[in-house]
Amino acid sequence: MPFNILVLSCLAYVIFLFGVAWAAERRADRGRLGWLQSPLIYTLSLSIYCTAWTFYGAVGYAARSGLEFLTIYLGPTIVFIGWWWILRKLVRIGRQQRVTSIADLISSRFGKSNLLGVIVTVIAVVAATPYIALQLQSVTLSFSVFASPTDDGFSPPGTEATAVWVAGGLALFTILFGTRNLDAKEQHHGIVTAIAVEAVVKLIALIAVGVFVVWFMADGPADMIARIDASEIADWNLQPGRWAGLLFAAGAAVICLPRMFQVMVVENADERHLATASWAFPLYLFAMSLFIVPIAVMGLERLPAGANPDMFVLTLPLAEGQGALAMLAFLGGFSSATSMVIVESIALATMVSNHIVMPVWLRLRPSRAVSGDVRRLVLLSRRISIGVVLGLGYAYYRMSGGSTALAAIGLIAFVGVAQFLPAMVFGIFWRGATRIGAALGMTVGFVVWAYTLFLPSFGADAVIPAMVFIDGPWGIGWLRPRALFGVSTMDPLLHALFWSMFLNTAAFLTGSLLTFPGPVERMQGAAFVRVFDTTTGSPRGWQRGLAEPEDLLVMSQRIMGDEDALVFFEAEAKGQGKAGYLPDPTPEFMARLERRLAGSVGAATAHAMMSQLAGRATVTVEDLMAVASESAQIMEYSARLESQQEEVTRTARALREANEKLMQLSIQKDAFLSQISHELRTPMTSIRAFSEILTEGDLPPELVANYGRIIHDEAKRLTRLLDDLLDLSVLENGTVQLNLGLSNLSQMIDRALASASHTKPERSFIIHRDLPMENIFIRTDADRLVQVFINLISNARKYCDAASPELRISVRQKGGRVTVDFVDNGSGIAKDSQALIFEKFARLTDQTRAGGAGLGLAICREVMANLGGTITYLPGQGGAAFRVAVPLRLERKAG
Amino acid sequence: MTARVLLIEDEPNISEAIRFILSRDGCDVTALADGTGALDAVRAAMPDLVILDLMLPGLSGLEILIQLRADPTTQSLPVMMLTAKGQGRDREAAERAGASHFMTKPFSNDDMRAAVRALTQG
Repeated sequence: MPFNILVLSCLAYVIFLFGVAWAAERRADRGRLGWLQSPLIYTLSLSIYCTAWTFYGAVGYAARSGLEFLTIYLGPTIVFIGWWWILRKLVRIGRQQRVTSIADLISSRFGKSNLLGVIVTVIAVVAATPYIALQLQSVTLSFSVFASPTDDGFSPPGTEATAVWVAGGLALFTILFGTRNLDAKEQHHGIVTAIAVEAVVKLIALIAVGVFVVWFMADGPADMIARIDASEIADWNLQPGRWAGLLFAAGAAVICLPRMFQVMVVENADERHLATASWAFPLYLFAMSLFIVPIAVMGLERLPAGANPDMFVLTLPLAEGQGALAMLAFLGGFSSATSMVIVESIALATMVSNHIVMPVWLRLRPSRAVSGDVRRLVLLSRRISIGVVLGLGYAYYRMSGGSTALAAIGLIAFVGVAQFLPAMVFGIFWRGATRIGAALGMTVGFVVWAYTLFLPSFGADAVIPAMVFIDGPWGIGWLRPRALFGVSTMDPLLHALFWSMFLNTAAFLTGSLLTFPGPVERMQGAAFVRVFDTTTGSPRGWQRGLAEPEDLLVMSQRIMGDEDALVFFEAEAKGQGKAGYLPDPTPEFMARLERRLAGSVGAATAHAMMSQLAGRATVTVEDLMAVASESAQIMEYSARLESQQEEVTRTARALREANEKLMQLSIQKDAFLSQISHELRTPMTSIRAFSEILTEGDLPPELVANYGRIIHDEAKRLTRLLDDLLDLSVLENGTVQLNLGLSNLSQMIDRALASASHTKPERSFIIHRDLPMENIFIRTDADRLVQVFINLISNARKYCDAASPELRISVRQKGGRVTVDFVDNGSGIAKDSQALIFEKFARLTDQTRAGGAGLGLAICREVMANLGGTITYLPGQGGAAFRVAVPLRLERKAG
Repeated sequence: MTARVLLIEDEPNISEAIRFILSRDGCDVTALADGTGALDAVRAAMPDLVILDLMLPGLSGLEILIQLRADPTTQSLPVMMLTAKGQGRDREAAERAGASHFMTKPFSNDDMRAAVRALTQG
């Protein structure tokens, strides 16, 4: 196959995947999840367990070591069929705590400890490195086997150049795919769907090659079995120790691999999908492994001695002249590698940004307030992490020489991630497990793994001098990397697995038994261990009233984005029976907010941020008491009391607020009467005085003209006031005639700006607009909408107290609604006044600065109600900020 | 002799009307549009009559009146209060504070002239 056509095919395939992902994401955005959340997609996405290693390497493994390759499939099968209750618990915990990664899970379990998050992240990144190298190696190998010079004589690049291109391409692909939205809990439907497609492709490819081997190269199953019997692969060469060890490693890996955790727990949409996966995933594995032995046997039989068995899947069809089948096999291997790299690097990037970058940033930040756009920082750090992870993989590929058999590299990674197992399994079943124990266990296991398996994999003298292998470091014989404590007869892999797991578990248990868990740890421990216990009482941990809701809103906007934060806060406020965007900081609300933020930046970081705003760094005695109380009954009782008390408080508050508002309205009504009298009498005074002067006669003509004009002006002023009052009463009665038509929003804003430019005081005012977004046609009453815009713009001109006043007009279209925000850079409107500004005659304090009678915003509110829209004040935007929302197409008069 | 009147009124048109009416009646009228400098202006000019609007930017007319009455030099100065609010409450407050006369807007020019004459002839 000419290599340029091969490259084009790969690109076309990637673009196809991108299309699949994009279409799925569009579907999900529109809320039509449907089959995107089916158990089938979930099961297929789990198949990223089968990487290029399984695709190419399993055949090589079988050709080298016989049936031992089966352990890699049997381990997960045992876990999914026999231990699915562990998986179910993990999934339940993951959903309840909005866990973003395996690092987040362990950190969260042990008191939201960031130290543990860092340890897990480091181990995961290091352990994933050989695994990613393995994918690079297999794609590179398959490429060099398959590619041939083009017709016009270009020869394919060397393997090293290929590896660089593959690593770079995968990094770019992953960044494009995986870092488009921030909240890791708002699942990556696009990626999961693309991975499901890749799962189908690799299964079909492997089965196609298998069918070709059995029915076309051999004469059907009977002949094939005869050939297998004749081959030495079939010799039942069982090494019980090695089999048990490999089963254990594969079983542990399926739970602990960051990418498996990502698809199994983080991307899980429905716990019931796991029930399907518990039989369907082993079935998939079975199908994947079915033809491994025939392909291996046929490869050994037909291909020349010395051919790389890792490439049999590709070289067998090639040798038989089956170009199309070879292409399918190539794409199958390509699918296996890309899906693994994408999910693995997304999972690792999430961990690096949440557990290393964010905490460092939180600490280095000069002030307590959350400033700047955190979302951009998180996304950037994730993108860079993806690049770094792939770079490390490439470096490992180069350093290890790219020659080791695929299976050996994969097993190194398996044993590495297995170090999470004790902390994770004990963590969700044993409340006595502690942070110190987990940290000790994982560190010890990691060090032993690195010393006995990972570093030696670079080869003697690469990292560890050859002498150390023979005599031990500093001549200490019992510390030899391949013979710890003098155990020298074991297989190196088994040796590393045994000692790392044994010492890890021992350190973990010792550490846990010798230390006492802190309060947050106990709380989290209870939440994890008793996750199926639904009566675990009310959320504890946050106390009422310590944090300012506005501060929380500002912080959340930085993390979740303005729109999502406002929607969340508004819904919470509504739940408490309050209007506006600022709910009371009740413990329940704080807990929900923390979980929501944890979905974006991880539990430990979210907890730290909330703690700073709530003004405390540790947990109170009350929290400790609540946690220490083991009796579920007491907790339930107190929770009920608490909720009753809260209900009463809430009602009382609602009453108090209503009363206050009534009183204020009554005061306002009096003030209005006095105001309206003043507003009417003032022009009348001028009119009466000057008309008497004119009737008294005896005036020079220029004075007559001048006084006549004053009478005219004041009469107009009276008319305007009466018009406003009339307008308001018509709008309020709902008897207004709307003049509906299609109008361009941009032109409406132009008109409003032109009208409002006459408003006094005349001063230079900078207007920021977003013209492309404004180019929308709205079906509404344009004159009425412009009236509202004019009011808001002239209010900004009148009241914005900034030295160099600016007004930002931003437009957004979402679904059938258009919102127009007017935000100035002044000091805004005081919190206690925000609720009143839309009432009639609620002109704020300084009476004389205003021109009108205080009817403007009241009229705006009525106009918007008539246009089927709303006008609201947006708190926490810096200056005074108003949001006008209108339906894109107003059909007939609303209401 | 010509009576000197200090007029403190923030509506420019009303201020102009009163200035014209009283000037033609032989008064020497000085007009101010703001309450802030009003006290100093009164102390500097010591006019025969002060006409004060109740609602003023800066210092309100009522506060100016209270401070004038608290100062021995201006204690007995004739002060006429003007208001467009016309509520009984405002009138009572002005009289308690020591206003010499109270006039509601709109007024007739004759009433204005008569009141000024009465207050400046004492």
